[in-house]
Amino acid sequence: MTTATAPARVLIAKPGLDGHDRGAKVVARALRDAGFEVIYTGIRQTPEMIVQAAVQEDVDAIGLSILSGAHLDLLPAIVNGLRENGLDIPVFSGGIIPKEDYEALKEMGITAIFGPGTSLKDIVDFTREVTGTPSPED
Amino acid sequence: MTNGSNMSKQEWLESVYGPAVARNKERQDRFETTSEIEIDPLYDPSDVTESEFASKVGYPARYPFTRGVQPTMYRGRLWTMRQYAGFASAEETNRRYQYLLEQGQTGLSMAFDLPTQTGYDSDAPLALGEVGKVGVPVAHVEDMAIVFDGIDLAKVSTSMTINATASILLAYYIAVARREGVPTKELRGTVQNDILKEYIARGTYIYPPAPSMRLITDLFEYCATETPAWNTISISGYHMREAGSTAAQEIAFTIADAIAYVDAAIAAGLKVDDFGPQLSFFFVAQSNLLEEVAKYRAARRLWAKIMVERFGSENPRSQMLRFHTQTAGVTLTAQQPDNNVVRSTLQALAAVLGGTQSLHVNSKDEALALPSEDAVTLSLRTQQVLAYESGVTDTVDPLAGSYFVEAMTDKLEEEARAYIERIDKMGGAVRAIENGFPQQEIGDASYKYQTQVESRERTVVGVNSFTSGDETPMEILRINPEETKRQVDRLERVRRERDGHKAQATLEHLEAVAKSSDNSMPAIIDCVEAGATTGEICDVLRGVFGMHKELLVV
Repeated sequence: MTTATAPARVLIAKPGLDGHDRGAKVVARALRDAGFEVIYTGIRQTPEMIVQAAVQEDVDAIGLSILSGAHLDLLPAIVNGLRENGLDIPVFSGGIIPKEDYEALKEMGITAIFGPGTSLKDIVDFTREVTGTPSPED
Repeated sequence: MTNGSNMSKQEWLESVYGPAVARNKERQDRFETTSEIEIDPLYDPSDVTESEFASKVGYPARYPFTRGVQPTMYRGRLWTMRQYAGFASAEETNRRYQYLLEQGQTGLSMAFDLPTQTGYDSDAPLALGEVGKVGVPVAHVEDMAIVFDGIDLAKVSTSMTINATASILLAYYIAVARREGVPTKELRGTVQNDILKEYIARGTYIYPPAPSMRLITDLFEYCATETPAWNTISISGYHMREAGSTAAQEIAFTIADAIAYVDAAIAAGLKVDDFGPQLSFFFVAQSNLLEEVAKYRAARRLWAKIMVERFGSENPRSQMLRFHTQTAGVTLTAQQPDNNVVRSTLQALAAVLGGTQSLHVNSKDEALALPSEDAVTLSLRTQQVLAYESGVTDTVDPLAGSYFVEAMTDKLEEEARAYIERIDKMGGAVRAIENGFPQQEIGDASYKYQTQVESRERTVVGVNSFTSGDETPMEILRINPEETKRQVDRLERVRRERDGHKAQATLEHLEAVAKSSDNSMPAIIDCVEAGATTGEICDVLRGVFGMHKELLVV
């Protein structure tokens, strides 16, 4: 966060055809309650749509939720699209992603992966850290 | 001191329970179910009105069916053991089905991949990364024929989790049966065909509500005469509960959707008792054992009353709420995955004690991936242990008469009815969904649940309590990319080798039918028999009906 009056903006997006949106919505709400400005795309977003939303909304971070198993195809497409548009912002993801894919995804440019059972506090703390938002206790 | 044998509940609360709690506080200030119904420390005959027992609870196979829909329940025939499966390709899925049947499974349950569910062919740009991931891709009739290669459609019953594209997938199944000379009147199974919950929770809609409802009632009408043993819909609370609803909301939103389907079918000119017997339901089995048992009993009673009181049904078959159950995917944890076996067993027991007609037990590895063959086998064995070793199958509705279960059944019915009244006032389920009402209620409940887990007000073993550090990685199922290639190659071959003019003509005919008010099923069957693909058929319908736009409710 750059100033006290302008909260960091976070895009929460659901790439692919997957309709499981419970996690994305809960995270969106938790980040909003923590003071972030959250833009939620809804489901069925193509990588191009997500990149476009990130550019248009001028977001500071992106959270991607995917449970369909298409993460190895869709997440790199999003990261590459962001790079092509000159956006160098942290991208984190959650959903059903096997541990053995974490390394590959991080190499492709995903900053962090929050698997099942992650506490909301960890996601909020992470988002504060990567967007330079001080926590209320600081 | 008063002797326990001549004490009332009130006296016991005041003279025994009260002082005990004053000395030692209970574990919680308030005990409640997932539906926020407060649980008393004790239930006794004063919680169940004796005079109402006969009319409320009654007998199995008799209105209002609280105790179950069959006279003998599991003494006569066990529930259908139906593990939801499908992945990679038609060939791999056929192998898994053959394996499950060899292991003693008694019905099939098809999982389709997302392109098939949302109306895209395996080579469509939107299918990138999704082919064969959450289910089997079925892009044309040849895929369906391979899935059922060596499986007798006259003998097996097949449930298909398919909604927006239900007519097309049923058409493939009918086409395969015709090829094999199996009379369609003998086909047994279910298409989920429940679009309303897709708008609320599951997300595989294609068209807006009105044309979607028309496709559904077309299927009802067609199946009433052509496939009378087929369940034309499985009205589902499962996904709404998985998305975060409470048990009371699960009953209420499911039955509100059911009311909307019955209304739509009646408006389309059908008679309630012509299509009513083919309606079926689908609920989750969560971990709160007794609340879940009460939920199934309350749902059965509520549906029976609604069919009689609201729709004037006279056929008991239409009034019976027959349901499939699946254990709760959301309760599976990636941490200490062996615990999931215990959770699923407990949940499956709830379904059986609640009188389910068929059951899927989730596998321990599903917080990470689709289940491996070993994990699925264990799920099937769980069902078999419950069926053959637990003894709970030996009498009908064994928990009836439990003061607590009966009181909870009453309470859940009451809460669900109150929600349905609210939805009625909004103009019914379709309007309520367009206004985002169930979505908002579910979002609120799921967020509340998560904050309770965060604050440890709610314990999740191995996740927020009793944790044990690093876990040894499990062997999980991975989809071989070669299978996708095989799928796409076959799709290209089917497009090349079919009579292109004929396929085109059937698609054009479908377009004309879609624009008219004629039943769409025969035209869709013509398309699939001419080799048209899932994507092509949906492109035609998207052109006529348009596409649904999500109402964002966060």
